Amino acid sequence: MIATLLAETASYAVPVNIVFGFLAALMLYGAVRVVTTSNVVHAALWLVVVLAGMGGNYILLQAEFVAVTQFMVYIGAIVVLFLFGVMLTRTPGAEGVVSNRKMVPIGIVTAVLLFSVMAYSLLDTFGDDQVRPTAGNPTQELSDAIFSSYLLPFELVSVLLLAALIGAIVLARKE
Amino acid sequence: MLINQFLLLSALLFCIGVYGVLVRRNGVLVLMSIELILNSVNLNLIAFGGQHGVDGSVFALFVIAVAAAEVGVGLAIVMLIYRNKASVELDELDEMKG
Repeated sequence: MIATLLAETASYAVPVNIVFGFLAALMLYGAVRVVTTSNVVHAALWLVVVLAGMGGNYILLQAEFVAVTQFMVYIGAIVVLFLFGVMLTRTPGAEGVVSNRKMVPIGIVTAVLLFSVMAYSLLDTFGDDQVRPTAGNPTQELSDAIFSSYLLPFELVSVLLLAALIGAIVLARKE
Repeated sequence: MLINQFLLLSALLFCIGVYGVLVRRNGVLVLMSIELILNSVNLNLIAFGGQHGVDGSVFALFVIAVAAAEVGVGLAIVMLIYRNKASVELDELDEMKG
């Protein structure tokens, strides 16, 4: 099973696999930097790398609309929000002490255990299932689904966003 | 393309995010790790969406919207903490400890 996975991933004749391998390596390195770097601004910039790689993966999976949304919402809005948060809360002299030393072994053990359980169950369940290319136009199907069967949740999400923004303004406003 | 490529990448990113939530002390960095976790879930949804119709993409869009709301409120809370304590170290927030 793992051999099938490695053989498939290593068959670099397929250009999609080359792109996937490049994106995956970039994203994993970026994610590790996000949780280990001692500079808060660098963490935000590495987060951009991870989010952009994620958008590339969505394009590989033929979900172009979600990829564009990912680029606009995450990289355009959320990372800018993070940078504002970093700027507004900078504590002088606190640079370089952003990890809890006592928690590092616990964190590593938890992450490794969690990943081994998940990897085992994933390899066991989806051994060598292929990603089927979708027929038709995914963006058209997506819009049809949003505005027919998912109409009510869609409207509720817009109300949720409004409520969250008003709540954020009320919380952050100076009296 | 195996579906497990994407699922394993997503699992790795999820675990890195969990490590970040456990280890980081700065409130903004904990929020960034939560973003990593939410993104890895999105990758799962999209990968399965390719298998079973378009529902996965719709769910991923909802997750993106809720994540945007979460970051807005979360950063407002972090700013309030900073205004009250002049620090965003989460370990110092122990007023409610008995």
